[in-house]
Amino acid sequence: MALIELRDVSKIYVSGDTELAALKNVNLDVEAGEFIAVTGSSGSGKSTLMNIIGCLDQPTHGTYTLSGQAIAGLDRGQLATIRNHFIGFVFQSFNLLARTSALENVELPMIYARVPPAERRKRAREALERVGLADRMSHTSSQLSGGQQQRVAIARALVTRPPLILADEPTGNLDTKTSESVMTLLSDLRKTGITVAFVTHETDIAAYAERLLVLRDGQIVRDERTSQQSKEPT
Amino acid sequence: MISVTETARLGFRALLRNKTRAFLTALGIIIGVAAVICMVAIGEGAKARIQNMLEATGTNVLIVLSGSTSQGGMRGGFGSQPTLTWEDLRAIQNEAPSVRTAAPLSRMSTPVISETATWTTTVHGTTPEYFDIRDWAIVTGTGLTQADESGASRSAVVGKTVASKLFGEGVNPIGQSIRIRESPYTIVGMLDEKGQSGMGSDQDDAVFVPMATFGARIQGGLGKFIRGQIYLSAISPQATTTVEQEVTKLLREKHRIPEGEEDDFSVRSIAEMAGAMSATTTTLSALLASIALVSLIVGGIGVMNIMLVSVTERTREIGIRLAVGAQPGDILAQFLVEALTLAAIGGIIGVALGIGAGKLLSAQFGWSLVIRPDIVVLALLVSGLVGVVFGLYPARKAARLDPIDALRYE
Repeated sequence: MALIELRDVSKIYVSGDTELAALKNVNLDVEAGEFIAVTGSSGSGKSTLMNIIGCLDQPTHGTYTLSGQAIAGLDRGQLATIRNHFIGFVFQSFNLLARTSALENVELPMIYARVPPAERRKRAREALERVGLADRMSHTSSQLSGGQQQRVAIARALVTRPPLILADEPTGNLDTKTSESVMTLLSDLRKTGITVAFVTHETDIAAYAERLLVLRDGQIVRDERTSQQSKEPT
Repeated sequence: MISVTETARLGFRALLRNKTRAFLTALGIIIGVAAVICMVAIGEGAKARIQNMLEATGTNVLIVLSGSTSQGGMRGGFGSQPTLTWEDLRAIQNEAPSVRTAAPLSRMSTPVISETATWTTTVHGTTPEYFDIRDWAIVTGTGLTQADESGASRSAVVGKTVASKLFGEGVNPIGQSIRIRESPYTIVGMLDEKGQSGMGSDQDDAVFVPMATFGARIQGGLGKFIRGQIYLSAISPQATTTVEQEVTKLLREKHRIPEGEEDDFSVRSIAEMAGAMSATTTTLSALLASIALVSLIVGGIGVMNIMLVSVTERTREIGIRLAVGAQPGDILAQFLVEALTLAAIGGIIGVALGIGAGKLLSAQFGWSLVIRPDIVVLALLVSGLVGVVFGLYPARKAARLDPIDALRYE
């Protein structure tokens, strides 16, 4: 059974009399442990696709099954539970809580998963150690560089041990060198069996993935497996 | 939903990040609660004072006042023209079955001179029955007697205040001589301490002499009319209404007032007067308390306003929380607890401030103050309720945010 199963998924936005189909009859299967890049020009529907996969949004038509769980028709609360248990998010703009330490940022999803405080702290520390920020735990986001903030975000995404991590332009605000280290970190997660899907418009970032999806006008126009590579900085 | 302690912790931290703003917001509640506490305490104090007056004067005491006059369309108040006669007094004593006893009381403010001091006080002329009616005991010496009355003796009974003003604190005044209006009097007794009256005057600042002596030497000739009032006591506190009816009927007959004409006198029971006064006080304090309550509600609107600002400012934070799995209920609880905490802290500070302000005002103006614990608890509950009611709308707004929009919010 695939981790992600999209069947005939459409997303239609209505504004006034005009209907805009952001996604048109998309079918997609993603197996556990895959490392996928989603690309496409602006307005191609890649963000909508990620929002639906991330259970932040519901498709207008079609069905979505995540880890065997039917998502369509769930209410806001149930979607929140699914996000909490199955999905970790990494955003372009990091989206850490301001004036809050790295450690507490990483603890955040576990608060809502009702992990007891002591356990929470322990797991947050482990996650931060894993992303190489053992010495930055008490720093607030304003005291961290962009790359470090994104590492905190990755730690926050993986601390609940979700099967799926979704990253929306994770390197969009980072310089080349930092981008490479963040991508290396993401590709390493896959080795622990976590499925990682990320959106990018940079080809050299997309090249980290094993599978490349290209969207245009709300449809998947290319879906290809690229040779597995461990790209070294040039 | 996450635990209450977790939610409370989140709320507290958010407030601590914006201490000045939190304080200013709470200030609305603080002032509202303080006003409620202060107003109610002063109102209750006034009521307690009236109650004290009632108990000090006696629940079965009634006063008959001389009538009003109408001269050229001008109506004087009660007592402006003497209409009560000594004959009336005897009739009340003998013919009204529910009256236990009655006594005349005339007053005059005049200086009283001892060998060492002069003190201006109120000199009263009355009969021995008066002390019985007022339930006022003699602590040292003897009281005025019927013999004093019939002999118009120059004996005087003094209150504690007069005694200490004329002879010094703790000096036994019995046997001492005083002069009132050129005549010497011998002090035969000192009255028990009575304290302040309901009107706030010192009841111990008084000298009593026999009515006959007062009439002859101080008022200048007794005449037919009593220049003063008649005090009387009913046989029981329940009988005051009956006494009123009996005395009214009796005096109308004596004064030959035809059916349909107004009384030329007035019978008032102390309980009735106290009741009327406390009704006025209750109305007034209810009015003040409701104005204070309005300010508490205005404070609540302040809480709502700042919570709405806070929700808007923290849209992105809400988006992050929702994305990582916060239930809409968690977000609702977080903002609700924040509003509740603001209101509750405001309430607690407000209670302290209200009690402080009440004490200050009562010290300044000599008002009585009664702080009722149930009012304090009620004020705290109301401020909590204000927090919940006015926090609910912003909290719901936060909980209903769409995570995608919230995350994109700049």
